[in-house]
Amino acid sequence: MKSSTITLLKILTWLACLSPAAWLAFGAFTNNLGPDPTATITFTTGLTTLRLLTISLAITPLRRLVPQLSWLIKFRRLLGLFAFFYASMHLMTWIALYTGFDTNAMAADIVKRRYITMGMAAWLLLLPLAATSTNWAIRKMGGKRWNRLHKLVYIAIVCGVIHYWWQVKTGVLTPLTITVVVAVLLLARPVLTWVQRRKVRAVVA
Amino acid sequence: MLIGKPSDIPSSAITPRDKYLNRRRFLRSAVSSAAAAGAAALGAGRLAQVFSPAIGVFADTKLETVKSPLTTTGEQLTSFDDVTHYNNYYEFGVDKSDPAKNAGGLPTRPWTMRVDGLVKKPKTFDIDALLKLRPLEDRVYRHRCVEAWSMVIPWVGYSLSEFINQCEPLSNARYVQFLSYYNKGVEKWTSESTIDWPYSEGLRMDEAMNPLTLLTFGLYGEVLPNQNGAPIRIVVPWKYGFKSAKSIVTVRFLDRQPPTTWNDQNSHEYGFYSNVNPNVDHPRWSQKVERRIGLPFYAQRRATLMFNGYGDQVASLYNGMDLRKDF
Repeated sequence: MKSSTITLLKILTWLACLSPAAWLAFGAFTNNLGPDPTATITFTTGLTTLRLLTISLAITPLRRLVPQLSWLIKFRRLLGLFAFFYASMHLMTWIALYTGFDTNAMAADIVKRRYITMGMAAWLLLLPLAATSTNWAIRKMGGKRWNRLHKLVYIAIVCGVIHYWWQVKTGVLTPLTITVVVAVLLLARPVLTWVQRRKVRAVVA
Repeated sequence: MLIGKPSDIPSSAITPRDKYLNRRRFLRSAVSSAAAAGAAALGAGRLAQVFSPAIGVFADTKLETVKSPLTTTGEQLTSFDDVTHYNNYYEFGVDKSDPAKNAGGLPTRPWTMRVDGLVKKPKTFDIDALLKLRPLEDRVYRHRCVEAWSMVIPWVGYSLSEFINQCEPLSNARYVQFLSYYNKGVEKWTSESTIDWPYSEGLRMDEAMNPLTLLTFGLYGEVLPNQNGAPIRIVVPWKYGFKSAKSIVTVRFLDRQPPTTWNDQNSHEYGFYSNVNPNVDHPRWSQKVERRIGLPFYAQRRATLMFNGYGDQVASLYNGMDLRKDF
């Protein structure tokens, strides 16, 4: 992959990642976010977080399956940081538009409402990952420790998906698609490891 | 062409309402059956659906209405567009914008409502007879969804009690159940949730007889659009929106509490009574505040009122009850 192609793809990724935020900003400015703008902002930022995390989780299995795609790794940090950006917007929406900056209401919500507890946990899990996303942090921590820390993303996305299920009405199946995709991507890891080990063993035997 | 002022037109020159409606129906079905035949010949099922005679037959028809002392004043109405394009009608899809897109196939004529259970004699009422039973009133009500959003809607109808009196319920009838239209062929979206169809709702007899409970035929002075529960629904303004059953085909009088859809789905979250109550939270979210539909995001948030602001008229129905237990 030529470096100019990578640069072009990165620009496109930036634009794609920014488009939901741009759409929301434009809609807010023109008062065009649908009948329930608060819900539109909440849903768009939440779903974009989950989608970006899901895409970032797809990179490792893809690289393992198709070695020619190993350049995809160059996009993972970008996707992860944008996921954190949307998660933070999502959190801010709740603080500003749902609790009205009322700290008592926030504390009560976090303790009482399990979907908010779960969402809060997901954001807190993403926070150290975003904080250690610089090259400097990777060097400072050492690859192995950094990798281990960043496995937290698996827990974060599971929390995120549960957070989604816990706020739709009982029996509504909208979160099913992303749940299946995330499950496949998480299971792909041990499965790929197992398959590769068997291959190695076959070669050795 | 000069269009005469209403006062210039002699009432003898106005086409009677049923003739007018019949003519419309005849024309539409003639045109649409031809179109449907053509579309079917082309094998375009979707096209046939678009031109099907059932679509929006009477939505947009003006209704003759009178003023009502029971109307809510001092509220800014939610726009017609938002009232008709932001709906929970899961038979036509779980997304709020789905019912407006998908409910076109609901066959609102002919339509009858069956009354059975604990009544002197089971009866069947035709929708057009029900429209004439009592004068239709304009009633503005606040509408509070259990999902914590709210609207202000100008409904058209008359008190359900007027209809119940025609049903001649027996003295041991203590509850009324409402069953909504259900046809998998028309409502192709019912598997988007795990609900056990048809949709069922219910009220205690005294709640049903309260004059605020509205047997509803229209909104904004017009026949109900399909996605709002055409051709006949109830509106119970002091309860969460899901208690107000849409597109009713059966009214059943019972001596015990009927099974109701959301209560069956999750009795821990949706009580039988489901009165709007800022002091009893939904287990997963607060009911203290609500988001008014159609306002900019920074202006939506407002406090939720006990009984949705209708406490003066309905609080006495629940004297002596623990509304935390019977939520």
